[in-house]
Amino acid sequence: MSHGVELRELPTIHGAMAEFDTPEELITACKRAYGAGFRRMDAYAPMPVEGLAEAIGFKRNRVALCVLIAGICGAVGGFGLLEWITVIAYPHNVGGRPLNSWPAYIPITFECMVLLAGLTAMFSMFAMNGLPKPYHPVFNVPAFERASVDRFFLCIESSDPLFRVEDTLEFLRDLGGREVTVVPA
Amino acid sequence: MATTEYLPKQEMPDPGPDQILGPGHDNNTVTERIAGIVYLPLTKAPRKWLIGAFISFVFVNILMGAMWVLFTKGIGIWGVNIPVGWGFAIVNFVWWIGIGHAGTLISAILFLLKQDWRTSINRFSEAMTLFAVACAGMFPILHLGRPWLAYWLFPYPNSMWLWPQPRSPLEWDVFAVSTYGTISLVFWYTGLVPDLASMRDTAPHLWQRKIYGVLSLGWRGSARHWHRYQKAYLLLAGLATPLVLSVHTIVSFDFAISVIPGWHTTIFPPYFVAGAIYSGFAMVLTLIIPLRSWYNMRDLITMRHIEAAAKLMLGTGLIVAYGYAMEAFFAWYSGDKYESFMYWNRVTGPYAFTYALLILCNILLPQLLWIRKVRLNITLVWILSIIINIGMWLERFEIVVTSLHRDFLPSSWGTYIPTVWDVATYAGTIGFFLFLIFLFVRALPSISIFEVREDMHHAKHLQHAYEEKV
Repeated sequence: MSHGVELRELPTIHGAMAEFDTPEELITACKRAYGAGFRRMDAYAPMPVEGLAEAIGFKRNRVALCVLIAGICGAVGGFGLLEWITVIAYPHNVGGRPLNSWPAYIPITFECMVLLAGLTAMFSMFAMNGLPKPYHPVFNVPAFERASVDRFFLCIESSDPLFRVEDTLEFLRDLGGREVTVVPA
Repeated sequence: MATTEYLPKQEMPDPGPDQILGPGHDNNTVTERIAGIVYLPLTKAPRKWLIGAFISFVFVNILMGAMWVLFTKGIGIWGVNIPVGWGFAIVNFVWWIGIGHAGTLISAILFLLKQDWRTSINRFSEAMTLFAVACAGMFPILHLGRPWLAYWLFPYPNSMWLWPQPRSPLEWDVFAVSTYGTISLVFWYTGLVPDLASMRDTAPHLWQRKIYGVLSLGWRGSARHWHRYQKAYLLLAGLATPLVLSVHTIVSFDFAISVIPGWHTTIFPPYFVAGAIYSGFAMVLTLIIPLRSWYNMRDLITMRHIEAAAKLMLGTGLIVAYGYAMEAFFAWYSGDKYESFMYWNRVTGPYAFTYALLILCNILLPQLLWIRKVRLNITLVWILSIIINIGMWLERFEIVVTSLHRDFLPSSWGTYIPTVWDVATYAGTIGFFLFLIFLFVRALPSISIFEVREDMHHAKHLQHAYEEKV
């Protein structure tokens, strides 16, 4: 690290990262960073921590909306397919019973709804999370190996307008993290 | 992983029926313990695991042999005939799919009900669901007569311009079981991804890190990711809950929509669902009791889990008992002579001994679970779980065989005697199922690591809140 270089001029730096021991410390740190005006940052935890996403300003996600749309498409598609088969494509008169015997289509309609909604729940979640993504700069930090075990991390990214290497590192040190490092891109 | 000890040297004691986790655990130790089972080199695997895996592999080969004979000679090698056209194949299909249901109950329904104790057994039960559905799915296809045409079951544009009959419960079954298998896989894999990331970061060998790295999709535990993840997981649980009820309801429709005495009853859907969960919990206990002792996991899967599963068995078993009672009552109350004859024949006819055994295994012996001492006696619970598995198989045998073999016309009555190939195929699927379970505990974390961490975090918060109040 050269002295006082503005980080934004160095595309080889992803951000600055601080390591914490407990989820409570991480949430406090995130709230202070958000309060200081940082927006482009991310927190990392080995398990879901209540209130962590909110602390970095992420309040809503669109998974539920995707699943709702997929469920409606599945139900309409499944029912439509059966109607089309029995009424248009392959009308089959069995003892004069009506071709459009819709109550008999409900079980398959339901299964199609669940199938499409369930697949969408997984695929939309991974897609919006940008996964699969085998490489990410945060993995360059050796200590980050424990982010999936028992350590908690806050990373302020260099794309944040307020980001200045030295200042941000100093800010993170003030937050009480046990280890503060620069994340190479 | 810092230490080279994969399994703890000393015996880990069971913390008793009040604790879901042994004392002295933190985020790091649970990871080491659960992942350690997988990292244990094959040469150091418990001898019982090796013997079990070998025996079940022998049965996998018996299954392959039985299938080969079936494909070359046709289903005439089985004991099925007219009038008993369904035989072992459908008995086993219903039995296996029922076993799968406990896995979904544990992972989805208990999740929605916020039952924390489910955490230690949900991954394992979901794996059990997947393998049981794989076994179940085999039977209707093997039973087709021309199994290579199984894809005709799905609606697809074809040159014959023929479509399946969507008014038939058998076609509903195709959609129900294939959806169930798919969603179970999705639910299981989604739950695995964060743990696969832990394995990627802690595995002792580079090749293991590479495999788990690919499987974990680059999961890095970002707060935004967890936020979406929890939403997706909750929605999957919400979707899997009605799904599991619908699947066994539709399986029961295979029988209930027909006009055969003994099948044509409205009690079938709830009674089938309860029976499915009953047998599923029995199978969870049958498998988990030996595994927790082989891999020294008594502090991770505790008496709390075993007692809770035993209570659920008792509860669902009583619903099943109510189902049997209603069948008997309506055979008499309906005044229908075919229905009452069917029931009388079931209790006193040539298959009467199976009915007596069924009542003994499914209704009488499980009543011992009312006694707390029995629920806390690990050997007794294990024996009872096997008895219930047998009882639930007998139930399906009763439903399929005794209803079919003597129906409306005495001149077309017959008997069904299973052949050696019926038995070989059935025993083969049990081997196949167990072999997959044996492989699973060696390849993937059989307890959800991140959910145990989450539980510990919640427990700590509750403790703090309690202390502040006091």
